[in-house]
Amino acid sequence: MIRDITLGQYYPANSVLHRLDPRVKLVGTLIFLITLFLGNNIIMYAIATLFLAIVIKISKVPFKFMVKGLKAIVLLLMISVVFNLFLTPGDILVKIGILKITKQGLKIAIFMAVRLAYLIVGSSIMTLTTTPNDLTDGMEKGLSPLKYIKVPVHEISMMMSIALRFIPILIEETDKIMKAQIARGADFETGGMVKKIKAMVPLLVPLFISAFRRANDLAMAMEARCYTGGEGRTKMKPLKYEKRDHIAYLILLLYTGTMIGLKIVL
Amino acid sequence: MGIVKTAKLVYEYLKHDEEGNVEAVNRAIDGVDIDIEEGQFIAVLGHNGSGKSTFAKHINALIVPTEGTMWVDGLKTDEEQNTIKVRQTAGMVFQNPDNQIIGTIVEEDVGFGPENLGVPTQEIWERVNKSLESVHMTEYRHHSPNKLSGGQKQRVAIAGVIAMHPKCIVLDEPTAMLDPNGRKEVIKAVHELNKKEKITVILITHYMDEVIDADKVYVMDEGKVVMEGTPREIFSQVDKMKDLRLDVPQATEIAYELRKSGINIRADILSIDELVNEVCQLK
Repeated sequence: MIRDITLGQYYPANSVLHRLDPRVKLVGTLIFLITLFLGNNIIMYAIATLFLAIVIKISKVPFKFMVKGLKAIVLLLMISVVFNLFLTPGDILVKIGILKITKQGLKIAIFMAVRLAYLIVGSSIMTLTTTPNDLTDGMEKGLSPLKYIKVPVHEISMMMSIALRFIPILIEETDKIMKAQIARGADFETGGMVKKIKAMVPLLVPLFISAFRRANDLAMAMEARCYTGGEGRTKMKPLKYEKRDHIAYLILLLYTGTMIGLKIVL
Repeated sequence: MGIVKTAKLVYEYLKHDEEGNVEAVNRAIDGVDIDIEEGQFIAVLGHNGSGKSTFAKHINALIVPTEGTMWVDGLKTDEEQNTIKVRQTAGMVFQNPDNQIIGTIVEEDVGFGPENLGVPTQEIWERVNKSLESVHMTEYRHHSPNKLSGGQKQRVAIAGVIAMHPKCIVLDEPTAMLDPNGRKEVIKAVHELNKKEKITVILITHYMDEVIDADKVYVMDEGKVVMEGTPREIFSQVDKMKDLRLDVPQATEIAYELRKSGINIRADILSIDELVNEVCQLK
């Protein structure tokens, strides 16, 4: 169940997208997400779909990896679709009892589903093609002006990259604790909501204890390797824009321009 | 003065009660005098709670002495301006391989130390290449640490320390969580570093087999150094080791039992080969 989340899981492959500067990918993802919410007609969504499809093709990441990320939000997707479908006022298409589906509701529901799905797929492409370290490096560099207003940019990005590194380890640990508790007769499957939540306690307590212990060990290991914060640190892989990054920015500009143009015209 | 030297080293853990008052004082290290020469392979033995890990943390300035002094390469560890230099001179490898790898890719983790030291980018790459080569992990450089075996992870951790160009490496039970193959890999890598790169190794362990090839062994008990000498000198005193709740290598134990049953055999046998040789010469 928890293993299905692809967010934060890097898929190693050799593609242009993998080699792009993380800042380009961050900006690109952000722009893509904004244009998704800008869109309110079929042509704009068609362009977004085309853009996404091309990016997926270039990324060389198997499509099923991206769809995996969608499984986690199926419930959210259903809720938003159902609410939009039944609660939007307008021209009635079907009426069942007090529930009515309207033309406008149907349109909004479909757009909402597409938006959410694209949102997840779009951001998974970024995390699948960028190592977490690149990603946090990109954020650190991209947000570095914030240092002047005393935002600890380096520390935040370091925390994020460590969190990302420990996700698979903690998932494995959760699995182990779960099995250990099941072996002792714990029941995670049956019962109502309240019972299920109560059953999580013997899972969460050891998990938290172990996470704190790991954090303590890791802090010591970092100190032992002379970590003293962002001050005076050099980079093994400093970020530098290459020709392909400029081209990518150009394509992004073109895409944004088209979308904004369409929004104004249509 | 050697690379690591202590004079009357004392370290006390303070136990606090719920209001934060000092409830009890626990003396983890109690008057240790050690002088370690550069380039040696040193082993520190002791059962759980003997103070050997606490001692290891002193060498890296992770904790500073309550009383007495500790010098690493002539630098006092309790002076704050020395901390970074001390940590660079004496690198540290911990027990749990998962909890000491910071990078999400092997080579990025090896580069973490040099990055912290402010080494220029070009040189970081040279150091990373060389360190990975020295522990034979070059082919895994683009892998995620989560996909490596325990022994491989520890070798990455060692490479991460080597990349900081230390004069001395402290390994705090590096093989305690590994399977026998992983243990062999790690110990072999450490020995190679000691011989080829002339790095001083301080290995803290409770596996006797890892100690046989050391230049010098210190045995700790209740915060004190109770025995010191070559592995042969230490292990020939089987009775004393048993009193300290420590084992001796299997071959030594057999020789000891044979001697006890009246067979005339040398007492300072360490390896199986030596034992076979001795036994075959018996008439």
